[in-house]
Amino acid sequence: MRYLDEYRDGQAAQRYAEALRAIVTRPWTLMEVCGGQTHAILRYGIDELLPPGLTLIHGPGCPVCVTPVAALDRAVALARRAGVVLASFGDMLRVPGSAADLLHARAAGADVRIVYSPLDAVALAEREPEREVVFFAVGFETTAPANAMAVRLASRKGLENFSLLAAQRRVPPALDAILASPDCRVQAFLAAGHVCAVMGIAEYVALAARRRVPVVVTGFEPLDLLQGVAMAARQLEEGRGEVEIPYSRAVRPGGNPAARAAMDEVFEPCDGEWRGLGVIPDGALRLRPRYAAFDAARRFPDEGGERPAPRDGDCLAGLVLQGRLRPPDCPAFGGRCTPEHPVGAPMVSAEGACAAYYRYRPRPAAAVAAVGAP
Amino acid sequence: MCLGIPGEIVAVREGGAPESPRLAVVRFGGAEREVCLDLVPEARVGDFVIVHVGVAISILAREEADAVFGYLEEIQALSELEAEAGAPGEPPEAP
Repeated sequence: MRYLDEYRDGQAAQRYAEALRAIVTRPWTLMEVCGGQTHAILRYGIDELLPPGLTLIHGPGCPVCVTPVAALDRAVALARRAGVVLASFGDMLRVPGSAADLLHARAAGADVRIVYSPLDAVALAEREPEREVVFFAVGFETTAPANAMAVRLASRKGLENFSLLAAQRRVPPALDAILASPDCRVQAFLAAGHVCAVMGIAEYVALAARRRVPVVVTGFEPLDLLQGVAMAARQLEEGRGEVEIPYSRAVRPGGNPAARAAMDEVFEPCDGEWRGLGVIPDGALRLRPRYAAFDAARRFPDEGGERPAPRDGDCLAGLVLQGRLRPPDCPAFGGRCTPEHPVGAPMVSAEGACAAYYRYRPRPAAAVAAVGAP
Repeated sequence: MCLGIPGEIVAVREGGAPESPRLAVVRFGGAEREVCLDLVPEARVGDFVIVHVGVAISILAREEADAVFGYLEEIQALSELEAEAGAPGEPPEAP
């Protein structure tokens, strides 16, 4: 397929690997921010092509994974409410809340429906005017414009039975928080290409200048990832800390003006909890006051207001999301925690780092048995 | 979640209600899907777009399609130059 197959050329990947060996003279640690990149790296074995000492650690760029337990609990509580349809992306259904997940709530009679697009949730509200449709809006800046369009569309159509449970997160403040951590090992970022396709690079230029860190806006195919690694390694070797855009076929420096305008019209930044990273200043998006009528938290204030964050069980997702623990090094990995029976969100999502290792780097059977043994 | 898939616009549906999104049919390999074009108002039939949750978020720039190969040639040429000059970073020559 055009714009996919040409970037999966194995010979060009080998040539990239050779060129990288000539570039790299010292050990470096890079973080790929987006979970989609993590999956591609493991699927195509990009990490195994890199010169020794060049390490990729996996970032928190999985919206499903960083959605706090409190938001899930609120979604479950809303789903159980009579007359409510909880519309959600399919990824969210198996993510454990403190007591139940949406799949269990649905099995117990809650009206939970999977939608492919936020616009489908608006169509659902239009089709079923007697029901209250609540859309569980997770996502980064890539998804926020689509969520904003859904709110705008519902507003234009005068729908009174559509609302948004906003759990959206903003990526740059989280990267700043990772760099601020005293035991941070990250020396450069491969930034998430589709977040930047929407937002452009202004926030990353500021971050790179403030923290003197290379930020390379990278795509999702094998050659894209190798180019991103090569550019980041070259910057590190030369002592630079700048923003570069190898994923230039999809990303303009100013982003997508129409998408940014939709987002700015409907949402504003606010502080928000990231699972594993804690509360991040300006790390989330909420509805602006003029769209408050579409805020599910306002429409159903009694359903799970602010409450102390429940414990995450013994899931070590927090360390995984900060890039401090490799999924296979988690004692629960592949034993107690599998995609069928996840202990934590990163094992659930199609972008979760744990799910990526489980799928593409299964442990030898003996090791799994040893972990499963009492 | 941020999964964005490239596809080709094969038809644009004009003439919907004014408050409705502008829709297109986008082909992904063998499959076709209806996609909202409101965030890429300049998109036309024949353009390739990145589609995320049913919404096109970026038009792929044809003139940038080969950038990844151009950069590969650039760094290969660089490493050859360094090898000729005997600069550090050169892979050890087999005896």
